[in-house]
Amino acid sequence: MANALSNTIVQQMQDHHVITALVENHAGVLARVTGLFARRGYNIESLTVSVTDDSDISRMTIVVGGDHTVLEQITKQLQKLIEVLRVVDYTETAAVERELALIKVTADANNRSEIMQVVEIFRARIIDMSDKTFVVEVTGSPDKIDKIHLLLQGYGIKEMTRTGVIAMARGSRTA
Amino acid sequence: MSTKKMSGAQIMLECLRQQGVKHIFGYPGGAVLPIYDALYDVEGLEHILVRHEQGASHMADGYARATGGVGVCLATSGPGATNLVTGIATAYMDSIPMVAITGQVRTTSIGKDAFQEADITGITMPITKHNFLVKHTEDLPKVLAEAFYIARSGRPGPVLVDIPLDVGKNIIDWDPSTYPKKVDIPSYRPNTRGHEMQIRKAAALIAEAKRPVLYVGGGAIAADAQAEVTELAERTNTLVTTTLLGKGAINEWHKLSMGMLGMHGTAYANHAVNNCDLLIAVGARFDDRVTGKVEKFAVGAKVIHIDIDPAEIGKVRVPDVPIVGDVKVVLTELLKVIEDRPWSEWNDQILEWKELFPLAYPQDGQLYAEYIIDMINEVTNGEAIMTTDVGQHQMWAAQHFKCKRPRQWVTSGGLGTMGFGLPAAVGVQAAFPDKTVINLSGDGSFQMCVQELMTATVYELPVINVIINNRSLGMVRQWQELFYKERYSHVDLQASPDFVKLVEAYGGVGMRITKPEEVRDALEAAIKIRNRPVVIDCTVPTSENVYPMIPSGESVGEMRVREDLEELKASVHADAEVWSYSDEDRVLASYARATEASRSTEKSNG
Repeated sequence: MANALSNTIVQQMQDHHVITALVENHAGVLARVTGLFARRGYNIESLTVSVTDDSDISRMTIVVGGDHTVLEQITKQLQKLIEVLRVVDYTETAAVERELALIKVTADANNRSEIMQVVEIFRARIIDMSDKTFVVEVTGSPDKIDKIHLLLQGYGIKEMTRTGVIAMARGSRTA
Repeated sequence: MSTKKMSGAQIMLECLRQQGVKHIFGYPGGAVLPIYDALYDVEGLEHILVRHEQGASHMADGYARATGGVGVCLATSGPGATNLVTGIATAYMDSIPMVAITGQVRTTSIGKDAFQEADITGITMPITKHNFLVKHTEDLPKVLAEAFYIARSGRPGPVLVDIPLDVGKNIIDWDPSTYPKKVDIPSYRPNTRGHEMQIRKAAALIAEAKRPVLYVGGGAIAADAQAEVTELAERTNTLVTTTLLGKGAINEWHKLSMGMLGMHGTAYANHAVNNCDLLIAVGARFDDRVTGKVEKFAVGAKVIHIDIDPAEIGKVRVPDVPIVGDVKVVLTELLKVIEDRPWSEWNDQILEWKELFPLAYPQDGQLYAEYIIDMINEVTNGEAIMTTDVGQHQMWAAQHFKCKRPRQWVTSGGLGTMGFGLPAAVGVQAAFPDKTVINLSGDGSFQMCVQELMTATVYELPVINVIINNRSLGMVRQWQELFYKERYSHVDLQASPDFVKLVEAYGGVGMRITKPEEVRDALEAAIKIRNRPVVIDCTVPTSENVYPMIPSGESVGEMRVREDLEELKASVHADAEVWSYSDEDRVLASYARATEASRSTEKSNG
């Protein structure tokens, strides 16, 4: 079961591409980007938006599915939007990718210490606790989050939320 | 250099004036009252009051296509704005520069379902190149300058500017001399110069090619590149086929012109493209109506693709040499590095196909659309500007109407908008009051924006509407005949108004013709009328189909020709064992043999 699941994840990851778009920090830009994806039939896996060091500019990190041709169309179509300043595809670039997840897992007296061990191994943290649950905070690559997700499933996950990936090129290169 | 107290509406009109706008096509309403109040005094801007906002958008579009400038239309909020949508989408699909100005409810009412509120920037997001909602009167000059710049630069397209009532009404201090003359948008800098290295590669491919063909689209019209396209064709002795929107990119009377390609293109243009070894795509986007089945389109050809929009490169067909840039600029550079080529056997082959597969129609005494269009060429000496609606008549016009110049041909290609022709013609005629403007329409399409006959009458615009009246939605009928077992579902238009009486009711002149010998007199009489619209209602047979036709999603091998040529085609397919090259080569070789055979039979019979 665990193997089958991780295989699927690996397969999916092969068709995944991380791109970032620097956009003008206006109302409606997000709608333009998501509208473009919807009407051209591109598949968004995750999308995060936040302001950059320059408050006039926002940075979108988008994880998209599709082969090389689709990716090329996506970046070109994104670039055509007037409010998009720059699009960078991280497929061929050494980049760090991070994501944060909050996982509410069933934790009673019987398995609490077991769960705490898993949390420690993944360098995650328990940030809330009740008599029946933990809330686990974990940061890392999407792959790492997938793995802890898988492991915690065994104890019963009540809810989970992930931020989606943010990415940055390694070294001095900038978007 | 002096600051004045001006309302947002006055500022807006001053900006339009400084942009060089001469005509606005519009319709008033609550949210644009400040603009209409300011229009009451303005000088140097003619406002043309339409009868439906859709008409305004097509007029602005037709105006832009015929002049090369930016067309401007104006409508109120809510239903006024949504009525522009079809016209904006039409302009978007064909990359036509247009600025659509809409009123909006007060900024304080936005999002509260106010009377006549519609989220028009949201609605038009997928069908505009860009759009703006102006929240402050102070922003108007910058927004309008950017709107015009975005509409006409790069790959042109429609831009919508939504102006809330209070933004138009507010009075601020403004110095008209501060209106931006130049616009710089850091996130939008279209690349017009082609890459030098790529241009050299293209020249090398052209030098090596044995069977080159030029495939030219609307980008060449937008870039005003007829001279460059023609020079390239002449110096390399390469025959040219144009798309529906590329008509006029080369004089269609030129011996190197093959007319249109694609679904209803000439057989010879399609055979040429299909058998070429180098396809030079200039400002064209490999639309499905051009390629049919992409996997079978020009399979043996290398492709040079010149386009200003990087997203068009590789969207449908991956080119061997992509060149991103303005067609005119790129061709000018290319012409500096290419070698001239002599006339080739390949060209002789294409001209032979042209003779074997002409655009023919019966000469049996009945009135046919093709004959009417041929007569328009003759009577107007090829000088008319033609607009069309959408359907069979449009395809016959695309085949038979011959453009000498760009911008003589105004048709809705990408969106295929019925009802486009009449308002577009009004827009063209407003720009060129002295020219002969002919809207070739059908009895279906004509009724979709027929109310604009009134606009033509009021402004004394002598638009000539030639209605190819087959009492049927002909193109749909054709598909039902060919692909839906002759189940003619809801295409019968026997019940239509009397178009002669209708145009008379609108204050124009009506004529009806039923025989070929009446065409010349009717056209000549119509051309002489210079102060009101004319309708020539032409009764043509219902069962006529447009040929040649490559059925949707198929390839040249499946091309259907007129019935009298079908027999010929059957013999082509029976002739299987001698086929040696690609499918298409085989078909062609046997086509040629079969034709030769039938000709010699004819000769011996005669």
